[in-house]
Amino acid sequence: MTPGQIALRALIVGFIIAFAVITGFAYTTLLERKLLARLQARIGPNRAGYIPIPRRGGGKERKLLAGFMQPAADAVKLFFKEDPQPTMVDSWVYNLAPMLAVIPAVVILAVIPWAGKINIFGAVFEPYFAIAPGLNVAVMFFLAITSIGVYGVALAGWASNSKYAVLGGIRASAQMISYELALGMSVLVPIMIADSMDLGVIVEAQRGGWFIFLQPLAAFVFFVGALAELQRAPFDLLEAEQELSAGYTVEYAGMRFGMFFLAEYMKMISFSALTAVFFLGGYRGPFVDQVPALGFVYIILKIFILLCVMIWVRASLPRLRYDQLMSFGWKVLLPISVLNFLLTAIFIVLAQEGFLF
Amino acid sequence: MVLFIILAISAVAAALGMLFSRNAVHSALFLVLNFAIVAALYLTLNAPFIAMVQITVYAGAIIVLFLFVIMLLGAEQLRGVAGDGGVWQRWLAGGLTAVLLISFASILFQGNAITPASAAGVIDTSPAALGLRLFEAYVFPFEVTGVLLLAAIIGVVVLSISKKRGQQ
Repeated sequence: MTPGQIALRALIVGFIIAFAVITGFAYTTLLERKLLARLQARIGPNRAGYIPIPRRGGGKERKLLAGFMQPAADAVKLFFKEDPQPTMVDSWVYNLAPMLAVIPAVVILAVIPWAGKINIFGAVFEPYFAIAPGLNVAVMFFLAITSIGVYGVALAGWASNSKYAVLGGIRASAQMISYELALGMSVLVPIMIADSMDLGVIVEAQRGGWFIFLQPLAAFVFFVGALAELQRAPFDLLEAEQELSAGYTVEYAGMRFGMFFLAEYMKMISFSALTAVFFLGGYRGPFVDQVPALGFVYIILKIFILLCVMIWVRASLPRLRYDQLMSFGWKVLLPISVLNFLLTAIFIVLAQEGFLF
Repeated sequence: MVLFIILAISAVAAALGMLFSRNAVHSALFLVLNFAIVAALYLTLNAPFIAMVQITVYAGAIIVLFLFVIMLLGAEQLRGVAGDGGVWQRWLAGGLTAVLLISFASILFQGNAITPASAAGVIDTSPAALGLRLFEAYVFPFEVTGVLLLAAIIGVVVLSISKKRGQQ
């Protein structure tokens, strides 16, 4: 293929995936609200939209999938809300910050492999189906984009010219920088085992068994680090309502707030996908070699399960205090991941030199 | 070539924006933009690993620290231009710029600097090849850099400890 064809294909695939994930974002919010409600013995949103099923012999009709139009209702509400801008804000940065929050969340989707080598209507996608397949620095790309994610939060806090927002922004940035180290360290382990930074190769290396069974510690550190990067509970203290009212989003309203919301949930999806790729075998599953299209089903299933786990964690664990958060990140997670990394490296070298097995 | 010209012009524009904006946070943001464009230039030079490291280290870590310091000190707004010794600083800056420009021009007009590195044949720029080079041919500079960074980290820890004791 010529470079032009490659670019065109990446554009088309990127469009499809971005729209799919934005739809996924909408329904992740609904999933979160419904599941949280069930975990707290409530019903959750059940008014916007349902499929009426008439009951035999008259009587009130049953409502199937009650509340499935809730995301649409939320979006309409966000768009039509008044969007005031406080007077003393730094206007440029204030408007830039939501975009800087969304861009990394979208860009990170570029490297995620969604299926193996596949033939869709005559177009052959190899070595795997992704926006940028076969990128040999894919893991570095992921880390680079993650580190860029700090800007949206920090600048939103600063530009709002509000003490709560500044405190929330600074807390969030310190937290993200601290947990990035443990995250990066835990990602090194699958790289070493697979002997590549290409996400497709990492997935194919899990043919014999998922890395979560081989490296449960690294998988745990990655998942916890991901929760901290995403500012999810129990690490959501940048928006601790009791202390900071709403942290860095306190001066934002309407769709500008909605963009922070969008960024958070899209990052939830992409980090779930990356956890699946690094530790849960990505798109691999039974019969995926015979029917490559099953890869989409498997990875979406894994993303769904991981999203449910994240929501479950939010429902079960209380929020950490700030000093607890920092000491957990620096004194527990980082040493664990460094030790795990060192032991894995020694083990691999010993195995290569033939001292084992 | 078209891509290079677009990237070069926007890189220079970002650098000028950094120099001329009155607000320190805006300056830092222009600097981030400049780093991102330089990373894109590395990509066009077939060096994806360096590009990613550029973004991770400079845009993702160093400028974030800059922003922290600016935000925490509240030193966003630049006061008057000339502080102490403003005049001789300007002359010094002008002289150094002239020296830099002349040296660039001399390299350019010698002509051998413009031949791209890839003309020597296709270079393997995968992370694995890069790591092998780093740990075989350049292992001594690598270790020296490591020791330097370690010394800096220990220095920071020592300084922050003594400061805390002083406060008590």
